[in-house]
Amino acid sequence: MDHDDLQRIAEGERAAAKSAEIRCCTSSGCRASGSKEVLSRLKAAVEANGLGDRVAAVGVGCPGLCSAGPVVQTHPDGAAFGKVTADHADGIVSALSGGSAGAVRIDPHQPFFTKQLRIVRATAGQIDPERIEAYIAAGGYEGLYRVLQRRPDEIVADVTASGLRGRGGAGYPTGLKWATVAKMPPGQKYVICNGDEGDPGAFMDRSVMEDAPHQVLEGMAIAAYAIGANQGYIYVRAEYPLAIERLQTAITQARKAGLLGRGVFQTPFEFEVEIRIGAGAFVCGEETALIASVQGLRGTPRPRPPYPAESGLWDRPTLINNVETFATIPAILRNGPAWFAAIGTATSKGTKIFSLTGKVKNAGLVEVPMGTTLREVVEQLGGGTADGKAVKAVQTGGPSGGCVPASLLDTPIDYESLASIGSIMGSGGMIVMDDADRMPEVARFFMEFCADESCGKCVPCRVGTVQLHGLLTKLVEKRATRHDLDTLIELCHLVRDTSLCGLGQSAPNPVLSTLRYFAGEYEALLQPEEFARPTRRSAVPLTVIS
Amino acid sequence: MPVTAAPVDKRLKILDAVIRRQHSRPDALIAVLHKAQELYGFLDAPVLWHVARALRLPPSRVYGTATFYHLFSLKPLGEHTCVVCLGTACFVKGAQTLVDAVAELVAIRPGQTTADGKVSLTVARCIGACGIAPAVVLDGTTHGHVSAGQLTARLEEWTHGS
Repeated sequence: MDHDDLQRIAEGERAAAKSAEIRCCTSSGCRASGSKEVLSRLKAAVEANGLGDRVAAVGVGCPGLCSAGPVVQTHPDGAAFGKVTADHADGIVSALSGGSAGAVRIDPHQPFFTKQLRIVRATAGQIDPERIEAYIAAGGYEGLYRVLQRRPDEIVADVTASGLRGRGGAGYPTGLKWATVAKMPPGQKYVICNGDEGDPGAFMDRSVMEDAPHQVLEGMAIAAYAIGANQGYIYVRAEYPLAIERLQTAITQARKAGLLGRGVFQTPFEFEVEIRIGAGAFVCGEETALIASVQGLRGTPRPRPPYPAESGLWDRPTLINNVETFATIPAILRNGPAWFAAIGTATSKGTKIFSLTGKVKNAGLVEVPMGTTLREVVEQLGGGTADGKAVKAVQTGGPSGGCVPASLLDTPIDYESLASIGSIMGSGGMIVMDDADRMPEVARFFMEFCADESCGKCVPCRVGTVQLHGLLTKLVEKRATRHDLDTLIELCHLVRDTSLCGLGQSAPNPVLSTLRYFAGEYEALLQPEEFARPTRRSAVPLTVIS
Repeated sequence: MPVTAAPVDKRLKILDAVIRRQHSRPDALIAVLHKAQELYGFLDAPVLWHVARALRLPPSRVYGTATFYHLFSLKPLGEHTCVVCLGTACFVKGAQTLVDAVAELVAIRPGQTTADGKVSLTVARCIGACGIAPAVVLDGTTHGHVSAGQLTARLEEWTHGS
């Protein structure tokens, strides 16, 4: 494969394109609502109407509006249909030539679509994720080609200049991480893609892996060249079978096309990628635990330093980035770091994908520039709550994050702003809650999750989360006193300050953030003390927090 | 524990082929356990011993890994499996009522299998189908926007059907 071959494939694909396309979402969400059958009926309807020479029915990635699934779009007229069943197939095909579709139309000009800026998800909902030719025609692997014409340190400098920060949650500058691994002495190095998206309520990475597996591979290959690695691993949750299947297909195709393996683009660069499948452990999203799991061990974290950048997989320098981070890389190298750095805020560059779910009208995936306010996302893109009730809070960052009350919805989305109000960016889960959701119960839900997922290695997390869950249960069941609440707060600080890894350190966040903004709900559940207790000196009084 | 010589069946041959394809590398343990569970339905002691010997690992490490990860089951599962997602999006959309409804109908708690071995009920921590919450996985197929009535109706088919 050389650059001419790449262009030939792209041109061939464009030449073979039919004048009209009916695009049916085949991602996990729409599949669960029967989109596979819809697609086969659409294909049959195209044939039956003798339109095979100018219309193609294709399966594409997720257009984003999951709550209206299965979603079918027609191209180039831009019409979109929601809740499509197989029986609507004939109608949609006839709508191409002016007939009535019979299916529910979705307005493609509503804010949900127009307010997005799609960089990572640029091809989602447009191309068939199972064909490498479609990705190449959309400009795929062009970034890798250009990278291979330059020196590795220039690539690291570009990524640093772009201002990209890790999309897995912590927001560590990606360029700095790459530079650290690149600076390690030459020898065996590894690239790992963290696709262990364990945050309940988040499915951006699943979608990126399903919709743009080649984009993830291209990002990994660019990273491997920049840091001097020749072996990569993608660690995917076993709960995402379609993502695994599509990544495997993509690896096979890329290897066959000469875009993975030895002598990529006729350069000395070689890179192999293997998939490692998780087995259901949230803690494996933590980088050192993930490395242990890739090695076939129990996924328990270890103290850092040494950081994986110095000593990671099999004690070799290892670069670990999140799926979305890798998927952002090809666009940065294609369009230049300045282009990327111009999007977003001063400290948070580019776009971020959020999975907008819960009591929201338009549930699904949205990609917005950093600096967009939570209110814009929830009220304009999300369309407010489904039944028109007032939004009470928005939970971001999953079990490591916090609940943002409605009064703070004007906070811009960037790493620092969210941290300043007691939440985190996290991997991108955004769950909208209304009055029916009781905050102490939400806090208990997350604590149950953390207690269940604690790996058991360090005591504060293993014992602390169970105790916190017990106290929250007591509270929810209206058996707790103020003394218990003080203990709860004290224990939250202890677990946060003394746990080994991010899971334990952030487990109290949902409790602390709901206490900060919804203290009244906790107070209302308290029972009077049965007998006088000595005052606790070490406990943080609730008044300080509220 | 004595190693019971399991009869050499087709499943064992497939498992051995998978182990060979992984070059008996110890780091392939999780992948091998996935395959073993797919073939046998669950991981019992003879299977774990077999994997340990094939990958030249101490049985304690194989057992330790098998018990660490939630998806590995050391007990046989029922004929049908019902996985209710309890991710945050499903939780706020009332997935707990689904669990309660199933638990009441077949009188088992999450993680258990009915006495007649028909139905296993498990809960998952987010299956990534948040856009169609609440979601359940019935015999490997994901269903979205599920109500308690629909779910119990399906389970009644399982328990009373053939």
